[in-house]
Amino acid sequence: MNIINKNNTYSVSSLIKNWRIVFYPVGLFPALWLLWEGTRGELGADPVNTFERALGLWAFRFLLLCLFLAPLKAKTGINLLRYRRLFGLLAFFYACFHLLAYIGLDHQFDWPVLLKDIMQRSFIILGMAAFLGLTPLALTSNRFFMKKLGRYWKKLHQLIFPVAIVAAIHFSLAFKTLNDESIFYSAILICLLVVRLPVWAKSLRKAMT
Amino acid sequence: MKTYDYPRPNSEEITPRSLFLSRRRIMAGAGASLMAALLAENNAEAEALKTHPGPYTADLTPTPEEDATHYNNFYEFGMDKGDPSANSGNYKPFPWTLEIEGLVKHPQKINVEDLLRSAELEERIYRMRCVEAWSMVIPWDGIPLHKILEKAEPDDKAKYVAFESVVRPSEMPGQESAFTGISWPYVEGLRLDEALHPLTLLAVGAYGSSLPNANGAPLRLVVPWKYGFKGIKAIQKIRLVEQQPPTTWNQLAPQEYGFYANVNPHVDHPRWSQASERVIGARSLFGERRQPTLMFNGYEDYVSALYKGMDLHEYY
Repeated sequence: MNIINKNNTYSVSSLIKNWRIVFYPVGLFPALWLLWEGTRGELGADPVNTFERALGLWAFRFLLLCLFLAPLKAKTGINLLRYRRLFGLLAFFYACFHLLAYIGLDHQFDWPVLLKDIMQRSFIILGMAAFLGLTPLALTSNRFFMKKLGRYWKKLHQLIFPVAIVAAIHFSLAFKTLNDESIFYSAILICLLVVRLPVWAKSLRKAMT
Repeated sequence: MKTYDYPRPNSEEITPRSLFLSRRRIMAGAGASLMAALLAENNAEAEALKTHPGPYTADLTPTPEEDATHYNNFYEFGMDKGDPSANSGNYKPFPWTLEIEGLVKHPQKINVEDLLRSAELEERIYRMRCVEAWSMVIPWDGIPLHKILEKAEPDDKAKYVAFESVVRPSEMPGQESAFTGISWPYVEGLRLDEALHPLTLLAVGAYGSSLPNANGAPLRLVVPWKYGFKGIKAIQKIRLVEQQPPTTWNQLAPQEYGFYANVNPHVDHPRWSQASERVIGARSLFGERRQPTLMFNGYEDYVSALYKGMDLHEYY
């Protein structure tokens, strides 16, 4: 998505060509809205917790949207694959906001408590692992790294699947009991993984022969 | 000479000063006439209580009533914090009979409406620490549990007190949900000496009014040195027993929730730290306070003797 043309000047035509960039502010709207509500005291009795959880949920939603596009194309022919990077990056941005809210707002930079959390608690370790898994994918989501990494790029980006599974477990552990919300989103993830099984089985067979 | 005789409300109908003041504070703070209207409507059903300040009322500022009555864990009405206030409209707590049975000399059937008008009603402003690492300060109105248990006279074999809540799926939508894995009724328990401790309160009201449905109407347990989930709501039966009774959260996840569930900053929940707590009520995203959690929730001087010699890491 190159806004600057060859002569290093902004041109109307390149902006029009790259109009899809408007989806980034659109995708960031829920975060801004939550922030607006939060500063106005409209996030309820426990605003930090509500804010933190909502950001995590949006990260997971965008991750699921990202995983939805390939089966959508395969089953219906609707090709929205060009939005995969958008959703992936939005998932990463929301994961960053979620982590920042946890460190800065929830625990108010209480590093001893945070370190203990990150070292010892599987709930937090899983969340951190998902975030760390997402980071190289976000960093290499541009044309430069696609070219540079070549065939390894695709391999690297397979990491999205374990990241999604780990994120789903982290999400489920955020509730005291089984919860309809975490069951709902986990079920979507399971569907998105199951539809890929035939493709994976095929490539596995190919690799073995 | 005949003086003009104006109609006087019954003394029970007079809004307690504290309630009046808290209402004014909320209205002034909110500046939103809508919320004031909602509150007025909400409290049309709540009965103002005649209560007097009791002991142990620490010098604490109560959580805004709006937050304490709209941010609750009461899974009988749903899993979200807003569910109890939103989904409890069909729940009709009265008439209500509390039964005290089991190993007692004089089993009791108590009409809870009588408790609401009892002269023994007292206000206790207690800290409330949820196991989820948030806290409130709530002015409860109630009767110390020991006063009620003593009337029933537990016999010598009684070692524990088992509490049982209500099952009414038609009035409590959360009891119809299959997701939680909780089997109803909600049950809780205390050791007899904990139940007889003067801090342990059977609350029928909060903020000077009868308990809102969301907070466990018509009566609930308040054990301020333990995590909130020990405070079983809408109690129907109290049974004196010999063996440690099963408790709902302990059955659900024994490695996370113990029978004792004493507030203890040194024993973490497996998934989060219990060393500090978010203080409910700031309302602002960047103004929320986090404070260190106190041993036995600040009631150490009164209750630590109950657990002398016990390893609190083992009996969490």
